[in-house]
Amino acid sequence: MLSFILRRVVIAIPTIILISIFVFTLQKLLPGDPVLAMAGEERDPQVLEFLREKYRLNDPIPVQYFTWIGNALRGDLGISLRTNQPVLELIAQKLPVTIQLAAMAMIFALLIGIPAGIFSAVKKGTIVDYIANVVALSGLSIPNFWLGIMLILLVSVKWKLLPASGYVPLSEDPVRSITVMIMPAFVLGTALAATLMRHTRSAMLGVLNSDYVRTARAKGLVERRVILKHAFRNALTPIVTLTALLFGELIAGAVLTEQIFTIPGFGKLVVDAVFNRDYAVVQGIVLVTAVGFIFMNLLADVAYVLLNPRLRKQ
Amino acid sequence: MAQPATPVTIDAESAADPVLSARPENRVWKKFRKHRSAMLGGVLVTFFVLIALVAPILPIPDPVATDWGAVRKAPSAAHWLGTDELGRDVLSRLVWGAQASLLAGVVSVAIALGFGVPLGIIAGYFGGWTDAIISRCTEALLAAPFLILAIALAAFLGPSLTNAMIAIGISATPVFIRLTRGQVLSVAAEDYVESARAIGLSTPRILRRYILPNVLPPVLVQATLTVATAIIAEASLSFLGLGQQPPSPSWGSMLNTAKNFLNQAPWMALWPGVAIFLVVLGFNLLGDGLRDALDPREH
Repeated sequence: MLSFILRRVVIAIPTIILISIFVFTLQKLLPGDPVLAMAGEERDPQVLEFLREKYRLNDPIPVQYFTWIGNALRGDLGISLRTNQPVLELIAQKLPVTIQLAAMAMIFALLIGIPAGIFSAVKKGTIVDYIANVVALSGLSIPNFWLGIMLILLVSVKWKLLPASGYVPLSEDPVRSITVMIMPAFVLGTALAATLMRHTRSAMLGVLNSDYVRTARAKGLVERRVILKHAFRNALTPIVTLTALLFGELIAGAVLTEQIFTIPGFGKLVVDAVFNRDYAVVQGIVLVTAVGFIFMNLLADVAYVLLNPRLRKQ
Repeated sequence: MAQPATPVTIDAESAADPVLSARPENRVWKKFRKHRSAMLGGVLVTFFVLIALVAPILPIPDPVATDWGAVRKAPSAAHWLGTDELGRDVLSRLVWGAQASLLAGVVSVAIALGFGVPLGIIAGYFGGWTDAIISRCTEALLAAPFLILAIALAAFLGPSLTNAMIAIGISATPVFIRLTRGQVLSVAAEDYVESARAIGLSTPRILRRYILPNVLPPVLVQATLTVATAIIAEASLSFLGLGQQPPSPSWGSMLNTAKNFLNQAPWMALWPGVAIFLVVLGFNLLGDGLRDALDPREH
């Protein structure tokens, strides 16, 4: 298993290098001289030259890349132009907020998506299956920022049941923290629940037609036991893998949800950075998200092997 | 009297041209036509395409004309879906916004297809270093979540509908490279491609005549589903202020404004979301239907 993980880590290295090149190139896409953007109103040639030297912009581009990646490897992703804070520090401050949101969204998605998928597969071809599919497809088609706006309108503005926005750290007041996050987590988890439902249904349909399920039924086992112990356990492998992969998607999906519910997380950080032309922060976020995504892929692969006894033996 | 074991029904079309109806594309079309949800998707998409096309000749107010005497008016006979914070007609902006959304969906996917399919064919058919380089770059781009990548690209390219379409197109390209490459790998190993090589057909001819037609069906399904994703992505970028710029109408930017007036003018937030939902649902239903119709296991 250890050699498998090491092999996967080695395979991930070229991908991370390519991502870093891509993220570095993003900055070069910027129209005009970046020094002019940094200097603002200042047009003194000496100041501009000083900034060019300071940020080593006179170096050839490959040298600039190696300087940048060298700093990034030491945890230095640059300084935010807006807050003057190190980018990594900013990301580390905001990430726990988004992870809490994503984790709660994932719980919603699992609680809705998996039972609905199992039920839909067991009742294949019935009205229940049809309704579950329509709901799932609708979940995939609803823009989550609109769903968020509609829920604010109904749940917060009209019925006054839950707060419309804000954030309370989990360590400060856990109950209030969870209450404030319920609505954004539901919004973020909807599309994911739909995806999980469709995949669970498909995995269950594949397994329900297999010989061992037929044998379990022939042995006279209760249908509930056949479905949960024999069928679902074997259908679980692709679902666990998918869940790990979708966690990365959740972090990305949080961008809009955080914007609507004014949650001071990773997503709000990227949007604020974009509008303040704080490109070091944007670059840092893309790099950190991509590396995190690769890590989740790695976890998904490991989970796949761990859950599959045949692969584990190999 | 002997009865046939299986009743055989021949429809008028098959009777008229049995050879033609046996062709795979006709079989697919017949199956697609019977797919009720796909047909519903087709109707939804056609409706929005028509709305977008006829927008200039519809008897609706100018979508950017402000009317300070009709600010945030509820739906009425004069303004069926109400007005916004500048007194602009919501229905008119919705109709014109369909152009931006559909254009963004189609152009982004065209960009992704234009780069993704050729690169996927090259990677899959030629293999070796070419494949290794293209595949590693694809993996790198796939590692960055779609929306984050689109936001970053749109931010660096500058906010506009064109740049949003480019950003979404580039972000969607890796999916098409990977899909096409996989298809090419399986098709290139088929006997008929080997035979084509053996009789000395040129590579471009093999690619055009044998590889491309077999690669296209799953790519077409993916393209349909990606239009749905691209429409949501464009709405998301416009919602964030990185897509269509004011005063031009777009569903995403309409929602962005609407969220500030939820208490006073909830109708402003309702209809753009319903429109996005319906058009995206339409493309998703179409994509699902196409996938079922093209799946040989379903025949």
